[in-house]
Amino acid sequence: MRRIVIIGAGQAGLQLAESLRKGGHDGELYLIGDERWPPYQRPPLSKKYLAEDFADARLFFRPLEHYTRLNVDLRLATRATAIERAAQRVALANGESLGYDGLALTTGTRVRPLPVPGAAHPAVHYLRGLDDAQALKQRLAGARRVVVIGGGFIGLEVAATARHADCEVHVVEALDRLMARVMPPVVSDFFATLHRAHGTQLHLGAQVAAIEPAADGSVEVRLGDGSGLPADLVVAGIGVLPNQELAVAAGLACDNGIVVDEYARTSDPLIVAAGDCTVHRNLRYELPHRLESVQNAVDQAKVAAASLLGQAQPYADLPWFWSDQYEVKLQIAGLSAGHDSHVLRGEPSAAGFSVYYFRQGRLIAVDSLNRPAEHMLARRLLSGGTHVLPAQAADPAFDLKALLVAT
Amino acid sequence: MPKVTFIDAAGSSRVINIPAGWSLMEGAVQNDVTGIAAECGGGCACATCHVFVAPEWIGKLPEKSPAENDLLECTAVSRTPASRLSCQIPMSDALDGLVVHLPERQT
Repeated sequence: MRRIVIIGAGQAGLQLAESLRKGGHDGELYLIGDERWPPYQRPPLSKKYLAEDFADARLFFRPLEHYTRLNVDLRLATRATAIERAAQRVALANGESLGYDGLALTTGTRVRPLPVPGAAHPAVHYLRGLDDAQALKQRLAGARRVVVIGGGFIGLEVAATARHADCEVHVVEALDRLMARVMPPVVSDFFATLHRAHGTQLHLGAQVAAIEPAADGSVEVRLGDGSGLPADLVVAGIGVLPNQELAVAAGLACDNGIVVDEYARTSDPLIVAAGDCTVHRNLRYELPHRLESVQNAVDQAKVAAASLLGQAQPYADLPWFWSDQYEVKLQIAGLSAGHDSHVLRGEPSAAGFSVYYFRQGRLIAVDSLNRPAEHMLARRLLSGGTHVLPAQAADPAFDLKALLVAT
Repeated sequence: MPKVTFIDAAGSSRVINIPAGWSLMEGAVQNDVTGIAAECGGGCACATCHVFVAPEWIGKLPEKSPAENDLLECTAVSRTPASRLSCQIPMSDALDGLVVHLPERQT
């Protein structure tokens, strides 16, 4: 293949470029990103980067020389505006047009905007990219009262950071518990207790009706029940939307994400896609899904690169995730959606415990809190399809590692 | 700026300056040291930034947290008493001259 173009210079785009070179692609390689930054790590943006004096360069995955050495033409602050499939060309906002023999879409996601009146007020921030994090950090430095809208991973990580900065923090969550989409009540309750113990006020089952301007550039967050929360800073973390517009306009199949098969191929055989922007199939799961994670960016990009190189291998890697909130590290192995039972290993406390999820008697996912080694063991148990009985998982005295050796 | 020598599994070495305050992993990644994957970006969540610290430096590093100690059980190349996760080592002038060896693989 002579020329491969990758649209999207995030973690998936970088992995694709590196895997293509490693896999033997010696033709031209373009990596095109609409941000002004070279590929960088997003997870620290809501954690260390926000909490500490943290140089931007510490986030970059590779130094700029790396791209020269790999012979990757890295185009930053460059937006792709159209994919002309018949002509096999990508149009860029600067007027340039790049022909391709193979194309990869790693366009990621963008934040879901807060759908209430007044949301355009400058006190309202989001967190997705480094530019967002810089603006948020600056505003946080001068803020005393912070309202976080959305009790998911991003919102809660930002809430913890704002408490560290000694701000008065309120979290407003529409559902009746935290992280409800991905966590069972026992974990939601544990985190609710943790955040309250650190002085954060939680408003569960509460709707935001409007953002009303107040004195000195601050706002009042008006809730559905009419009450108001004054804020110098509002951070909305209410989910993301896949960047699929280029793909849609090019006539590629999309359904809340760019649809790809288990080989990361789109409906056009010359085009692959990987990372947060895809709705994909993984051999481990029956239904296609979209995952927003480092693991999916890295592993699916490897699959996509192999497909472009004609060395197709199906995507069957185990999903994993993590979130840091105060002194608690939450780590997730596998997808618990569709579980029909779960057991606890250990009692819910900051000392650490895990939740094991089963479906029809088979272990499908494990959430670990402050149990990093158990998380890694869980990944091995799940990856290998090791048979674990609920009673074994629930018995802290039972050595789960022994099961691994036995199989 | 503290200097660190990285010696890969094949025995070739590179000397790199890492700003104080950065982690050893960040310095390695920013200087394109191959052999450190650091998939989780320094979250102490993945055990893919494993290094073996030269014997004379082991006692001069900050103590391992329980989380790091647990994660070291899960490295791709088995741990030794010299094993550390490089994301958990903050660089300081006291570590000028540090020598670490890289494992054959991280995943």
